[in-house]
Amino acid sequence: MSNDRPDPTFNPLQGGDVPPGERLGMARRFFEALPHAVALGMEPEEMGDGVAVMSMPWREDLVGDPETGVIHGGAVSALMDTCCGAAAMSHPQLKGVTATIGLRIDYMRPATPRATIRVRAECHHITRSVAFVRAIASDGDETRPVATATGTFTVEDRR
Amino acid sequence: MSPRARPDPVQVVKQRRDAALTALVDGVPYIRFLGIQFDRRGDELTAIMPFDEKLIGNPILPALHGGATAAFLEVTAIIGLSWNLLWSEIESGAFDAEALAGGQMPRLPRTVDFTVDYLRSGLPRDAYARARVTRAGRRYGSVHVEAWQDNRDRPFAQAQGHFVMPRKDG
Repeated sequence: MSNDRPDPTFNPLQGGDVPPGERLGMARRFFEALPHAVALGMEPEEMGDGVAVMSMPWREDLVGDPETGVIHGGAVSALMDTCCGAAAMSHPQLKGVTATIGLRIDYMRPATPRATIRVRAECHHITRSVAFVRAIASDGDETRPVATATGTFTVEDRR
Repeated sequence: MSPRARPDPVQVVKQRRDAALTALVDGVPYIRFLGIQFDRRGDELTAIMPFDEKLIGNPILPALHGGATAAFLEVTAIIGLSWNLLWSEIESGAFDAEALAGGQMPRLPRTVDFTVDYLRSGLPRDAYARARVTRAGRRYGSVHVEAWQDNRDRPFAQAQGHFVMPRKDG
């Protein structure tokens, strides 16, 4: 029997059987189906084995302070949340999809106006119930982060 | 006993408060992008994020994107804290909403850290949020914010943040 409905537990970032060269393409198609990620112009750049890199170019409508042109913290949060979730989903031990439990963001400095924001997230620990992720957002110089984040994500119960 | 000053007519008071709120909110592109509006009752603000397809994160469920929820909470917190800071100026009439509407924004508080608690998945419908300023010091402020959809008693997300206050001298 054919079933055209997408499987809600299918995890396309789970690179297990996918050759490394094809993972990024799969990740792109996955993010192209997420309306909010598309609306903010997020682009996956690296994906696999618990590490995700995503970028978001500066755009006029993402600005939080019109006087300086600095991007709104909320837009940075959205990129952090997406990239942390992607890192968790790309971890070999996370089988299904995931949802954010908690996310903390520390803002070190305002992002440079007109610069692309790039987040690198790493799922550094995973248990049967929780994936732990940390991330750094920068706008060119990785030694001077714009923000850092730590997040916890659900792991589907397979018991 | 000296007679107390006659209070301003209600229309004048409302007009002044609404002009200040509009000036604070309308100048921020990202607030417009998310479609967030504010409903005012006296000094109490309720943020409203009407449902829009572009706020969806998981199209299969479907559910609001966690990032859209986080941004909604952060916008509500910053506007709530700014509103709290400006309130006495608005009431005294010292606040010049027209200068703001002309592009001169007040200096906004800057987020130091923001921690979001995702309590349940955000449904594809309108969301509401209210901020409570738990501390507004000279240099730092703390804000707690809660967002709900159908039932006020069942928040779908809450957050706590610290902010650096804008300098008085500009």
